[in-house]
Amino acid sequence: MDNIIALAFAGFIAENVILSQFFGICPFLGVSKKRSSALGMGFAVLFVMLISSMVTYALYYLVLEKLGIEYMRTIVFILVIASLVQMVETFIKKISPALYKALGIYLPLITTNCAVLGVAIMNITKENNFGETVVYTTAIGLGFIFVMFIFSMLREKIDKAPVPKAFKGIPIALIVAAILAILFSRFGGII
Amino acid sequence: MTKLENLLKGLVKENPLFVSVLGMCPSLAVTTSLENALGMGIGVLFVLVLSNFMVSLIMSSPKLAELVKPVRIPVYIVIIATLVSVVEMLMHAFLIDLYNALGVFIPLIVVNCIILGRAEAFASANKPVDSVLDGIGMALGFTAAISLISIFREFLGKGTITIWGDAVLNLKFFFNFLNIEPISMFVQPVGAFLSFGLILATLTAFGNFFKERKARKVKANG
Repeated sequence: MDNIIALAFAGFIAENVILSQFFGICPFLGVSKKRSSALGMGFAVLFVMLISSMVTYALYYLVLEKLGIEYMRTIVFILVIASLVQMVETFIKKISPALYKALGIYLPLITTNCAVLGVAIMNITKENNFGETVVYTTAIGLGFIFVMFIFSMLREKIDKAPVPKAFKGIPIALIVAAILAILFSRFGGII
Repeated sequence: MTKLENLLKGLVKENPLFVSVLGMCPSLAVTTSLENALGMGIGVLFVLVLSNFMVSLIMSSPKLAELVKPVRIPVYIVIIATLVSVVEMLMHAFLIDLYNALGVFIPLIVVNCIILGRAEAFASANKPVDSVLDGIGMALGFTAAISLISIFREFLGKGTITIWGDAVLNLKFFFNFLNIEPISMFVQPVGAFLSFGLILATLTAFGNFFKERKARKVKANG
């Protein structure tokens, strides 16, 4: 039980995907200009990440390892993620048009989000079992949403601030992210 | 566009990292030492050149191109993923230290936007030779950019510059001269964001300066 809590905490704050492992920097900088779009992207990523981690876990241990072709990992995983994204998109469109409207435009972008592939691979290299995979992935996804949300609020403020011309846009966003990363890295000592 | 332009544009004018701001994730994660950055650069060079070559080969035959067009993105991804698996296995076999240092970021070359971006934007519409040159230029531009960041970070963070293996440049005397310790924050995640932001701002400032000077010159010449 302690192990699970530690894992969840690590995924959520101490090993935060964006601020300490650098996965998903593109959406972090790209869609964090508005609070609503940051949240939309965050939930879409959590959703796809959770499903794809479970599917890739099953595929790796039931198919790839049984057949002794672990080296096919990268190819199989990226194909699974790409088709899952497509499937999830069609599925949501049918089941809940409202949710589709909210997440719709972010879903295709997720295929090239390294957080999804990165977490799927890390669950394998860390040798997490199925329960740990689910907990760790959920924690990572929630951490992603959390940081996206904080950062989008900060960026709404920065937009109005008088920033030197050379720092406008991405440079100042990165420096704000650095300050946020200092805060998050300090939580690492708790575990 | 001449062949030389195709090769050189990736270095400065269309630098994938500093101008297009693509491929951020590996450039923040692996820049803790120059050796890692160079290793990443070699991996990207290999994958980018071969994927550009294969994509342009497929797309330059009209029959194949017509067949592939509706499903071209999955096709590109499979080509890239195959090449990345090759790189992964080669590094595991011959450069085990580098393999351990780069870790999960080797398979993540698959989702590096630079590679898919070049396949879609350049290789699919150009001849194989031009595409290979474009790939070399872009990969070298990327390598140069992450090397610059890693030199900055490693020097300030550890006081050394690891070129490759045991070839380490020791620059601790600089810190001894100032009577301080190396600032270890720079090799931690915090330093990645900070250094990238500062370098990007500096380059933007330079770019703006040259642009203004050019504009003034044009004005003066009337």
